[in-house]
Amino acid sequence: MEERTLRLWQGGIETRVEEGGEGPPLVFLHGPWGLSGDRDFLGLLAANHRVHAPWHPGTSPGNPEAIHRLDDWLDLVAYYGELFDRLGVEAPALVGHSFGGMLACEIAAAMPQRVGRLVLIDPLGLWRADRPVRNWMILPETERARALFADPQDAAAARFFALPADPAERVAAQAGFTWAQACTGKFVWPIPDKGLKKRIHRIATPTLILWGEADAIIAPAYARDFADRIAGAQVAMIASAGHLPQVEQSQETARRVRDFLAGGG
Amino acid sequence: MKICMFHLMPYRDLPADFDRRYQSAYLDPVWFDVADPDKVGRYYNWTLDEMAYAARAGMHGLCTNQHHQNVYGFMANPSLLGAALAKMTDGRNVAIVQIGSTLPSTSPPTRIAEEYAMIDCLSGGRLVAGFPTGLPTDATLSNGIVPVEQRERYREALDLVLKAWSAREVFAWNGRHYQLPMVNLWPRPIQQPHPPIWIPGSGSATTVEFAVDRDDCFCHLSYFGAKNAETLGDYYWDTVAKRGRDANPYRLGFLQLIGVAESDAAAEEYAPHVEYFFHKLLYTPQYYQAIPGYQDLPSLKRALAAPLRERLDLRALKYKDFVERGFLIAGSPATVRDQLLAGVKRLRIGHLLALLHFGSMPHELCLKNIDLFCREVLPALAPLWDDEWHDRWWPQRLQGGEA
Repeated sequence: MEERTLRLWQGGIETRVEEGGEGPPLVFLHGPWGLSGDRDFLGLLAANHRVHAPWHPGTSPGNPEAIHRLDDWLDLVAYYGELFDRLGVEAPALVGHSFGGMLACEIAAAMPQRVGRLVLIDPLGLWRADRPVRNWMILPETERARALFADPQDAAAARFFALPADPAERVAAQAGFTWAQACTGKFVWPIPDKGLKKRIHRIATPTLILWGEADAIIAPAYARDFADRIAGAQVAMIASAGHLPQVEQSQETARRVRDFLAGGG
Repeated sequence: MKICMFHLMPYRDLPADFDRRYQSAYLDPVWFDVADPDKVGRYYNWTLDEMAYAARAGMHGLCTNQHHQNVYGFMANPSLLGAALAKMTDGRNVAIVQIGSTLPSTSPPTRIAEEYAMIDCLSGGRLVAGFPTGLPTDATLSNGIVPVEQRERYREALDLVLKAWSAREVFAWNGRHYQLPMVNLWPRPIQQPHPPIWIPGSGSATTVEFAVDRDDCFCHLSYFGAKNAETLGDYYWDTVAKRGRDANPYRLGFLQLIGVAESDAAAEEYAPHVEYFFHKLLYTPQYYQAIPGYQDLPSLKRALAAPLRERLDLRALKYKDFVERGFLIAGSPATVRDQLLAGVKRLRIGHLLALLHFGSMPHELCLKNIDLFCREVLPALAPLWDDEWHDRWWPQRLQGGEA
């Protein structure tokens, strides 16, 4: 994967985009922890797609202030319209995880013509009082691996939380991990229910909903709630995966996505 | 120097197994499992009585503060207590130091401008207007403020309050977070264009710089004592020098836990109360304090690279540790006097905020602490700095007056 930086939004937002692969365009929207943990998965998708993976505003190096240029969901969706234009993608496949899944829904509901196919991986965006979404921004350090992974002892979990040995790089990585939660959290705090339920019926594109069957942040029961509101949506559970199936079961998750996007899933 | 009585208004009688049952003094303890409303009524009354007693004993100011959903201190609206104290100290040479209401948690923040103006009128111009950003726990979890917006809301709200206090014309406020079509506040503060402004902080470099740039008094609210505040103190005075401000000690305030007794040995009567404070009341885990977004990225990196303090297991420390480490200055009047003088001189503190009630301390012991402090310690501290510096952060009508 290579990366480039785009200057958007009247010059106020610099966005790093990681890109790779050849094929039909695919835009990936990361979750609350940034893009670093998703690179293996993106490499798998790049086998038969041109993958564009932008960092959320505020999380690109050297431009934390960008987060203060967008205030609400209307701003954010309009910003992504601009980003799609600059990437030169008309109606790409849109794949979003967690926060990025909610964002993908909002983009697809506001601009149905800009999304070719939609894949939601453990998306935020709906709220059930009987199964409240766990607040991922206040996870105790001792519990976070167990909260995010089906198998907290697995190498995938260790890689996800691994920090560089070099002290300066370590600080940058720790700060980046926290700051990505801050910047994405701006749009969902304190309850990740911001009206998507009123707009979700506008999604008019073939949709696949993937869910880690052991997701302890957003209960897998939510898969049904999304599917009931998006016409024709398919649901598949990913075994042995928590909230991050694309990290914990990257092969299986990528296979499902590729099959669906090829029209066979 | 000026010395003010600070009070947290904690729950004084938690169950003995509280620290085993709860991992946090904030948010987790359920009221009905822990608290007794009749007792809480007594605590509020004792708190007011202790503060009024301190005013009669010679304290220069009385400090209230705002916190939510915890056992550690629950003056949920400090203006309520500030108003009562203004009335209880009517005619006295004592400042009502609201330090204070948290702007980002109150919408619209003109509500705080009104409450403060009411207290200033009620007290005859004795208000010190403190403006904390608020703990992230309070602002983001108890009040639902978006963490990454807490500071920008705070700054906009402060600008709005200041304009609302002094504007001669009705104005419209078209802000990023607050929009008000017609602002024409009633009442306005006696002290114009505004009462003295104090900005408390727990050590964030951003807050230090903000207070210095605005030329307000910065109050370092630490519970770890003057001895452990030297890094922050040096950073503060370095910032003051770099930004071309004068070295007036009155631009810095500092909070200190203090327990005065007849002798050093007798001061052990404070042991259970300081242990209760640090073991039960101050126990809030990182995941409630370090919420992503409450610090901007540069502050976050600075904190990760060079933590202000080592992370301590407070529950492993006992009275003698708290005294040895300087978290608590306790002992005979002479001991307390000497240690305080050394600390305030080292840090150049002009406003000392004396936490004379802490933890489970009963009413009678608190009165004794106030009494001994005001008779035996305060007179030795009060003349400090006055030969050289004027307190520009103190109500005009209280300058030079005698109680």
